[in-house]
Amino acid sequence: MTEGVAKKFMFVNRTAPYGTAYALESLEVVLITAAFDQDVSLVFVEDGVWQLKKGQQTKGIETKNFSPTYRALEGYDVEKLYVERASLEARGLTEADLIVDVTVLDAGDLGKLMAEQDVVLSF
Amino acid sequence: MKFGILVNEGPYQHQASDSAYLFCKAALAKGHEIQRVFFYHDGVNNSSRLTEPPQDDRNVVARWSKLAAEHGVDLVVCVAAALRRGIKDENLAPGFRISGLGQLVESGIQSDRMVVFGD
Repeated sequence: MTEGVAKKFMFVNRTAPYGTAYALESLEVVLITAAFDQDVSLVFVEDGVWQLKKGQQTKGIETKNFSPTYRALEGYDVEKLYVERASLEARGLTEADLIVDVTVLDAGDLGKLMAEQDVVLSF
Repeated sequence: MKFGILVNEGPYQHQASDSAYLFCKAALAKGHEIQRVFFYHDGVNNSSRLTEPPQDDRNVVARWSKLAAEHGVDLVVCVAAALRRGIKDENLAPGFRISGLGQLVESGIQSDRMVVFGD
């Protein structure tokens, strides 16, 4: 019934990885959406950019470190990862601090990209 | 228009579920179709039949059940998010069903607009 239909799904990640469950559960939807052969892209804005920070160590908070999953996304053909420039800069981060290759965009260009999507899910 | 709805927050703590419900009611009254309401994150807590609000307050869970009964709206609770939070078939309110995230993706594919209610 839904076979063969590919829509543009964009996932907008706005929150830091362990303060709430949004980041982890967003990843779960991303993987399922990719399994449905949809056109998937991920955006990281505001505190969401922390999700991609290298060197996450979660032992002390007794929580699973799910950041390696971002590196596995490529295997699911999820390769469009966008980070908003101002969010990155405001937190003293650069692309070199991130565990995956991303495209850094200004808010205006990100807005244009969002306007092209069929479905935007924000977490 | 055919709407898919996503509810990401629990009842009473957050406005999201109230807004989603009122949106659905208004859309149906205008002759639109609600293709599905998908409950994710803490939104799964909207489906617990163990919820007992004070009598002078709205009953968020019962309101969703009523919407399902009266309009045949498909209320789907994410299984992974539900199990994490202690929502199972045995405490599921009427009109809700537990299923996988594929139902959310399908909703995005099949509806004209996906509207997200969250924080």
